[in-house]
Amino acid sequence: MEKRVTFKNAWLPYLLLAPQLAITAVFFLWPASQALFQSMLLEDPFGLRTEYVWFDNFQELIDDPLYLRSMGTTAVFSLSTAALALSSALLLAVMADRVIKGAAFYKLALLWPYAVAPAVAGVLWLFMFSPANGILALALRAVGYEWNHVLNGGEAMVLVVIAAAWKQIAYNFLFFLAGLQSIPKSLIEAAAIDGAGPAKRFWTIVFPLLTPTSFFLLVVNVVYAFFDTFGIIHAVTSGGPAGATNILVYKVFADGFVGLDLGGSAAQSVILMIIVGALTVVQFRYLERKVQY
Amino acid sequence: MIENRPYLTYLSHAILILGVIIIIFPVYVALVTSTHETSDVISKVQSWFGSQLIENYRTVLVTGKLSAGGYPLGSMMLNSLIMAVCIVVGKIAISIISAFAIVYFRFPGRMFCFWIIFMTLMLPVEVRILPTYKVVVDLGLLNSYTGLTLPLIASATATFLFRQFFLTVPDELVEAARVDGAGPIRFFLTILLPLSRTNIAALSVILFIYGWNQYLWPLLITTDPDMTTIVMGIQRMLFVADSVPEWNLTMAAALLAMLPPAVVVLVMQRQFVKGLVETEK
Repeated sequence: MEKRVTFKNAWLPYLLLAPQLAITAVFFLWPASQALFQSMLLEDPFGLRTEYVWFDNFQELIDDPLYLRSMGTTAVFSLSTAALALSSALLLAVMADRVIKGAAFYKLALLWPYAVAPAVAGVLWLFMFSPANGILALALRAVGYEWNHVLNGGEAMVLVVIAAAWKQIAYNFLFFLAGLQSIPKSLIEAAAIDGAGPAKRFWTIVFPLLTPTSFFLLVVNVVYAFFDTFGIIHAVTSGGPAGATNILVYKVFADGFVGLDLGGSAAQSVILMIIVGALTVVQFRYLERKVQY
Repeated sequence: MIENRPYLTYLSHAILILGVIIIIFPVYVALVTSTHETSDVISKVQSWFGSQLIENYRTVLVTGKLSAGGYPLGSMMLNSLIMAVCIVVGKIAISIISAFAIVYFRFPGRMFCFWIIFMTLMLPVEVRILPTYKVVVDLGLLNSYTGLTLPLIASATATFLFRQFFLTVPDELVEAARVDGAGPIRFFLTILLPLSRTNIAALSVILFIYGWNQYLWPLLITTDPDMTTIVMGIQRMLFVADSVPEWNLTMAAALLAMLPPAVVVLVMQRQFVKGLVETEK
C-alpha cells in the first residue's frame, strides 16, 4: 500500500531517517559484518596473530560434539517450552472464552506475567525447586522423589522449561483468546444444531480455524525460547549441570565472552543469524495469510 | 452462549481458577518468604506471612544484601527506570520520524532504507554479542547510560507499527494541510503526532517492559556495580559463595524487580493489550 499524496522535499526524508539508519549501521550492521568476517579468522586470545581460515571455524563447529549437543539441547528446550506454553494457554483461552462471569478478572490474572523479566521468572521457580527449602522440592521429597537440579541435568531442563513457559503463557493466552473470539458464532451454532457436542465442535471447527494463530504463536514461542530466555539460563543454571541446559545463545556468550574463542564464537553467531533470519522470513511470509480467515 | 451446560461452565471456572493459582503461586511464595528472617526460610517452608516485611525491604533497598557486596537496590531500580524510559522515548522518537519519512515522501533509496530497518529484526543482540560489545568499547560507552540505551533504540517493529498506522490516515488530511499552507514538519507536529497518541501509548507500555527487563545487554555493558540494573542485580544476589543463602532478601529483590512493569500492565491494561497485538502485525 502506498500513499497517493506525498510531500516533496529533497533532503528532509534523509534527515528524518538519519538517526535510525545511523544506529542501525553502527550497532547492527557493522557488528554483524564483523561477526561474518571474524568467523573466517583464527585469532589467538591476545589478538597478536590472525590467520584467514575460510570455513574452518564452521567445520570445527560441526565436528564439535559439544556444539551438536548444544543444538540438541536447544531443540529440546525450545520445543518443550513452546509445547507447554501453547497447550496450557490454549486450554485456558478456550475456558476463558466460555465463561461470562469473571472473564475480565481471569484475563488480568493471566496476563500480568508477561511483564516479568525472564531472569526474575527463573529466580522465582529456582526458589520453589530449591532442594533444601523449596516448597515444590520438599513436596516431591515427601512423595519419595529426591529433586536436585544442581546435579541432575534432566531436572535442570525441566526447571528452565517451566520457568520459561510460565512467563510465555500470558502472551499465548491473549492471542488464542483473540483468535477464538474472531471465529464466527454462526459456524458453532450450525454445528450445535447438527448435534455436535462441545468437544466435537472444538476439534472439528474451532481447532482447525485456530491453525493460523497456533502456527504464528509456535514461531513466536520458538524465537522466544531461542533468544529471550538467555536470562533464565544465565541466572538459574549457567548452562549446567555439565552442559545440560547449554542452549546455543548461552554457548555463544560463554565461548566468546568467558572462553575468548573469538573465531568460534563468531561462527556460532553467524549460524544463529541464519536461524533468526529463517524464522523471521517464515513469520513474515505467514503473516500475510494470518489475516485471511 | 450456544447452549446451557452448567457442568461445563463449572468445569471452565475450575480450570481457570487452577490456572490463575498456578500463575500466581510463585509470587505468593516469594512474597511470604520475603517477610521472614533468613534463619526461618533456610531449611523450611513458611506458609504464612512473617513479621520482617519492612525490615527486609528496607535492607535490600537502602543497604543492599551485604554478602553480595551490599549494593542497594534503590539505585539499581533508578538505573532500570532511566534505562527503560530512555529506551521508550528514544525508540518512539526515531521510529515515528522514520515511518513519517517512508510513508509521506518519495525519494531515491526509500525501499533500501526500509529493508535496512527490516534487517534489524534479524539481528537481535544475542546473535552478535562480541562485535557489538567491541563497538561499544571503542566508542567508550561502557558503564554509561548512553551505552545502555543507544544501541537498543533502533526498532523495526515500532517503525512498522507507525507505518501501518500512517497508511490508514486519510490522504485528505494531507491535502487540507497543504491547502492551508502547512509544510511536512508542521503537518507532522500538528496533525500526525496528535493522531498517533493511542499508538504511542500502547507502544510505550510494551517498550517500557522491554527496557526494564533487559538482561544480556546490561550484563555486558555494566561492570561498575553503580550502573547495574535491578534485573542484573538479582543475578548477582543469587551466586554468593561461602555464605548463607538469604532467600528472603533475594525474593524481596525479585518482587521489587517485577513490581514496576507489572503495575504498568495492570494500570494500563487496555494499552498493553493493544500494544502487544499491534506490534506483531
